[in-house]
Amino acid sequence: MLTLSVFAEARRFEAVVAVLDRYDRDPSRLIPILQAVQDEYRYLPEEIMTYVATALDISPAKVYGVATFYGHFSLEPKGKHVIKVCDGTACHVKGSGDLVEALRAELRLEGKAKTTPDMLFTLETVSCLGACGLAPVLVVGEDVHGLVGKDEAVRLVKEIRRKEAGDGSI
Amino acid sequence: MARSNAAIIPPGELEAVATAYAEASASIARRVVVCGGTGCIANGSLKVYEALVAALAAAGQEVVVDLDIHDCSGAAAHVSTSGCQGFCQVGPLVTIEPDGILYTHVKGADVEEIVSRTFVRGGLVERLLYRDPVSGERKRGKRDIGFYAKQERRVMAECGSIDPEDLNEYIARGGYRAARKALFDLSPAQICAVVKDSGLRGRGGAGFPTGRKWELALRQASPEKYIICNGDEGDPGAFMDRSVLEGNPHSVIEGMLIGARATGAGVGYVYVRAEYPLAVQRVRKAVADAEAAGFLGADSMGSGTAFELRVMEGAGAFVCGEASAMVSSIMGNRGMPRPKPPRTAEQGLWGKPTVVNNVETLAQVALIIDKGAAEYRSLGTAGSSGTKTYALTGHVANTGLIEVPFGATLRRVVFDIGGGILDRDGRPDDAAFKAVQIGGPSGGCLTAEHLDVPMDFDSLGDIGAMVGSGGLVVMNDSTCMVQMARFFMQFTQRESCGKCVPCREGTQQILALLDDVIAGNGTLESLGLLEALCENVADSSLCGLGASAPAPVLSMLRQFRSEYEAHVVDKRCPTGQCSALVPLSIDAAACKGCTACARKCPVGAISGAPKQAHAIDAQKCIKCGACVAACKFDAIKKGAA
Repeated sequence: MLTLSVFAEARRFEAVVAVLDRYDRDPSRLIPILQAVQDEYRYLPEEIMTYVATALDISPAKVYGVATFYGHFSLEPKGKHVIKVCDGTACHVKGSGDLVEALRAELRLEGKAKTTPDMLFTLETVSCLGACGLAPVLVVGEDVHGLVGKDEAVRLVKEIRRKEAGDGSI
Repeated sequence: MARSNAAIIPPGELEAVATAYAEASASIARRVVVCGGTGCIANGSLKVYEALVAALAAAGQEVVVDLDIHDCSGAAAHVSTSGCQGFCQVGPLVTIEPDGILYTHVKGADVEEIVSRTFVRGGLVERLLYRDPVSGERKRGKRDIGFYAKQERRVMAECGSIDPEDLNEYIARGGYRAARKALFDLSPAQICAVVKDSGLRGRGGAGFPTGRKWELALRQASPEKYIICNGDEGDPGAFMDRSVLEGNPHSVIEGMLIGARATGAGVGYVYVRAEYPLAVQRVRKAVADAEAAGFLGADSMGSGTAFELRVMEGAGAFVCGEASAMVSSIMGNRGMPRPKPPRTAEQGLWGKPTVVNNVETLAQVALIIDKGAAEYRSLGTAGSSGTKTYALTGHVANTGLIEVPFGATLRRVVFDIGGGILDRDGRPDDAAFKAVQIGGPSGGCLTAEHLDVPMDFDSLGDIGAMVGSGGLVVMNDSTCMVQMARFFMQFTQRESCGKCVPCREGTQQILALLDDVIAGNGTLESLGLLEALCENVADSSLCGLGASAPAPVLSMLRQFRSEYEAHVVDKRCPTGQCSALVPLSIDAAACKGCTACARKCPVGAISGAPKQAHAIDAQKCIKCGACVAACKFDAIKKGAA
C-alpha cells in the first residue's frame, strides 16, 4: 500500500516537473507556469505551489501572492465541468443574473459554494467574454453558448449529467 | 484554416507574393467567407463551414480551402473562415463575392439550398438575407445594410474579409510593406515624426499621443528596450481588440515591428486576455508564420536588427490593462501599478524603457506609414485623427462592432448604424431612448442632449465622458440608472488591486452607498456623500483604474439627479427595477382578512377589518416585505394595486 501511494505521489509531481522544464525554470514566467499547472490539476494544490517555489528559488509567499491576485487561479479543486456565466455589461443588461440564479438552483449550490459536492460542476461568473452581440453568454468547458435562456442553461446541465451517468466519456 | 508558410519571404518579394495571390485568387470564380469570430463560432459557424465545403464538393463544384498562390488552375469557390465581421447578432454570417451577398443566421441545414440556388443557379436564398428590423425589407449584402454602409472601416477593413491564418492574403492586401519601409527607408526619428504628425492617439483609453510616447522611448539611452501590445481588454462590453487580434493579427504584428524600429526595442510581448482563447491561438499562429517568413527573429526582414515577439496570456486581472501593472505581470509578479513618473517608456520591463500600446493603436500604424500622416489626418477631427471602433450593445436594433471616424455623432452611431432603440419589449421605438454609457466602467453617460456632440477625445472629455476603450451601451427607459451605476461600481470594486487606500476602501464605500439607495435606505445626505466620496477617490487614487472608477457614478448622478432623488426622497424607483422600492399591494380577492400582515407591519401601514380585505397605505409603507412573509394566502403582490 505504501509503495503504491509513493508512486502515485511521484506521478503527481511528474506533470509539474515537465511544466517547469518547459518554461526553463524561469521565475519571471511564474504566471504561465501556474497556468499550465492549473490546466494539469484543475486547481493549484498547496504542496504543488510550494514545490514550484522551491524549484524556481523564490519564496512560497511570492507564489501564493501571485496565485491569489489573479482571478483565473483557484486554490480549491474545481468540478469536472466549469460553467462560466458572463456578467459583462451587455449580458448583465440582458439578464445574466437570472441565469446564475437558475443554475445555482439546478446545481443546488448554497451560500458561497461554487462547486457541487460530487465535483461534477463549478459555477463561476466572469466579467466579459467579448461576445456581447450574443448576450447573455455562458461557457461550458471550452464551448461558448450565446443567447442563452434559463431553460436552455438548465438543459445544458441536465445533458451533461445524463452523459456522465451514461458512459462517462465526455 | 490556411497552410503554414514555411519559406522565408525576402522583403523584395512582397509584391511578387501579392501578385501571385491576386492571380491565383482571380482564377477562382467565387470567394466565400464564413465568419469565424467567437460570436459566430458559438452559433455553430464552423459546422456551417464544414457543411458548405462538403455540399459544394457533392454538387460537383471544385473547392479550394487552402489557397496555393502558385496554382492558377481555377476552381468554383475559395472557402475560408475569417475573424469577426462585427455583426454577431445575426450570425453565423456567410459572405459570397463577387455576388455581394451576405447571408445571415446560416445553419448547417441551409447549406444545401445555398449551394443549389446561389452557386449552381446564381440566385438568392431570400430568407437568409438580412431583414431590416424597422421596414422589414430584405437586403442583399453589406453595401445595402445601414449597419455596414454607414461605417468607415479602416482598422477593421480586412477583419472579416481575409483569412486571418493566411499570411499571403495579408501580404496581398499590402501587408508588411509599411514595415519594410520603416526598416529600410526611414530612421527611428523619422517614424516617430510621421506618427506624431498623424495625430494618432492611444486607443486604450487615455488618448496619449503615440508618436510622443515612442519619441520618449527612443530618447532613452539603453541598449535594451521593449514594446508591449496591450491586449488585456478588460472593460465589460468592449471587444474590439479581441476582434482585431482574431480577424487580422498580422496588422498588429506589423505595427509592433514598426514600433520596435521606432523605439529601438529588440523584444516585444503581446499580452492577451486569457478569456480570448481564439485570439491567443490566432496570434500565436501569426507570430509563428511571421517568424518563418523571416519578418520576426534575429534578422528581422533582413534588416540586420533583431525583433523577437512573445505571446503572453493574462490571468484575469482588469488592472493589468494599466501599463505599469502589465509590466509587473509580465515579469511574473502581482499586477499592481506603481506611482509615476518615471513612465514605463523610461523604466518598464526589468527597469528598461518599455512602450505599451493598445491593440487598436498598433493596428493603425502600418496604415499611417504606408499612406502618410496627411492622409490619416483627413479622417477625424483636429485633436483626434483617424477612426475609432466602438462595441455597440444594449437596447439597439443592431448590436455589434463598428468603426466610424472621430467626430461622428452619437446620433449616427445609435440611429443610422444601430438602427434605433428597442423598447422594454424588444420592439423598435426611438422614443424609448434614455442614455448611452460610453467608455465602460471608466466612462460616462450621454443623454438625448448629447446626440449631436461630435465624439472625439476632447469633446467627450468636456462633457464629463470619455472615449475610453469604446464600449457603447445603449439603454432604454426601462433601465434604472442607480442599478447601472452599481453594476459598474461593483466591477471596479472587485477589480481594485488593493494597493492604494482611496481605491480599495473608497470603491467599497461608494458601492455601499449605492446599495443603500437601491434598498430604499438612502437619504439626500447619501447623495451628497456619494458625490464627495467619488471626487475624493478620483483625485487621490494611484492609477487610472481608481481615478476613473467613480466616473460612471458621478456622470449618472449628474445627468439623472431626479431619478436618484426619487429613490431617496419618494422611496420610489421610476423604472421599477429596484425591487425594494416597488410598491406592495394586497389582492382583495385572495385576502381572507386574517390580520396577520397588519400585526406584522412595523409602521402600521396596513388597515382593514378582520375577515375583510386589507389595504396598504403606500405613503406609510417602507417596503420591508414583512407582510409578504406573514401572508399565508399569497395575497400581497409587488406592484401597484
